[in-house]
Amino acid sequence: MVHRSSVPMHWRLYESRYNLVGNKCLVCGEFFYPSKIVCPNCRRRGILKRVVFSGKGKIYSYTIIRNAPRGFEKYAPYVVAIIELDEGPRVMGWIVDSKISDIKIGQRVSVVFRKIYEDGKEGLIHYGFKFRVIDENNQLRD
Amino acid sequence: MFGIVGWGAYVPRYRIKTEEIARVWGKDPKTISKGLGIVEKSVPDLDEDTITISVEAARNALARAGIDPKDIGSVYIGSESHPYVVKPSGTVVAQALGCAPELMVADLEFACKAGTAGMQIVLAQVTAGMVKYGLAIGADTSQGRPGDALEYSAAAGGAAFIIGPKPAVVIEDTYSYTTDTPDFWRREGQDYPKHGARFTGKPAYFKHVINATYGLLEKVGRDVSEYDYVVFHMPNAKFPIKAMKHFKIPKEKYLPGLVVTKIGNCYSGSSLLGLSAVLDIAEPGQKILLTSFGSGAGSDSFSLLVKDKILDVQNKAPKTRDYIEKNKEYIDYGMYVKLRKKLKI
Ligand SMILES: [Zn+2]
Repeated sequence: MVHRSSVPMHWRLYESRYNLVGNKCLVCGEFFYPSKIVCPNCRRRGILKRVVFSGKGKIYSYTIIRNAPRGFEKYAPYVVAIIELDEGPRVMGWIVDSKISDIKIGQRVSVVFRKIYEDGKEGLIHYGFKFRVIDENNQLRD
Repeated sequence: MFGIVGWGAYVPRYRIKTEEIARVWGKDPKTISKGLGIVEKSVPDLDEDTITISVEAARNALARAGIDPKDIGSVYIGSESHPYVVKPSGTVVAQALGCAPELMVADLEFACKAGTAGMQIVLAQVTAGMVKYGLAIGADTSQGRPGDALEYSAAAGGAAFIIGPKPAVVIEDTYSYTTDTPDFWRREGQDYPKHGARFTGKPAYFKHVINATYGLLEKVGRDVSEYDYVVFHMPNAKFPIKAMKHFKIPKEKYLPGLVVTKIGNCYSGSSLLGLSAVLDIAEPGQKILLTSFGSGAGSDSFSLLVKDKILDVQNKAPKTRDYIEKNKEYIDYGMYVKLRKKLKI
């Protein structure tokens, strides 16, 4: 979750917030998010390579936020979910563009680029990934 | 030969019907809906703006182009609703797309035609060999003052075009027509634009769209009847249809690009969303004529020729009509006021 805080702290996170970036071990094939420094399976034999995830996956679990923290009141009610990416790793993110009745465990989702937080009327606007519901064929749904 | 190697659209999910806005202001919904030719318009969510719309449209364009984002040497975003007055939208968009840091970026403004101005700049850079590929985007989250006629049409959406060598669609030529015309403006720090009502039609929209189109036709030496599709800027449905009638263009050539009836006027995204909807269905060998319009005022006209390659890229990203017809949810005026931040608390 994003908090009111220093500009440099946000700036350092742009790479991992703008895109779903992690890495993959070329020896055992496992994907990691966030990136690992050492492959936990292969240890020193592991070879890690940066990857941008497809952004598609399914809802592993979710919660509906009705009493939002300060700065997020206007968004309530909103859905925060754990998404299991098609490559394997799990990521936390908001589900947008979707009625609460559309949200189900196992529902297909796809990454979208949205505003995450605005630091008041004068401060910076922070952007990053959220998710939206898609149909079983990975298409925009009705 | 240079032209469009990839294109992409984005329209927010929410819609408000013209009749719902008319109900609140005590107007006759049928008269307004029929007068403007707009049934409903798109509304951005609270966490959407010109930057997020640009990223979504450009990601679709990249998916179609199938190129390395690092090969994009310039990004120009045309909009009249850049989220920052100082800090270019293009910096965030280029970073999110993976084009940074070796590239040229600037935000453009020319009312509703800043996106096509970007296409001309990028085409010139590509032709001159300054960059391999360039990205031009037209996107807006436009606002009309509550109760003003513009409230029925001001909408949100955008389209992105990657221009470079070996294109799916050749840009044969372009022509612009610009004058100092006081039809529509917004001063620094003001939330809503003003319009010189008597100036919006004949001396602004029609004069520029028609003259730019004639100028282009003369430059390329073609008759308008040789084009398979024609797209004009769409402040409403009435204006472009009247301009099409002037050129005797039949319905089947302009309806595919007439996206305004279902999403409203997406300003810098308007004529470009029309073009993107046409490219989604165009066939090799077909010719497309595009003329934008921006208040102030000016028009950019383009002659496009579709190549065989288009068949390889059309299905690589969501279609414009999918965003328009499928991905939508209706809201009432109360929700609209909340989403467009029209309530000052
Ligand atoms: Zn490993």
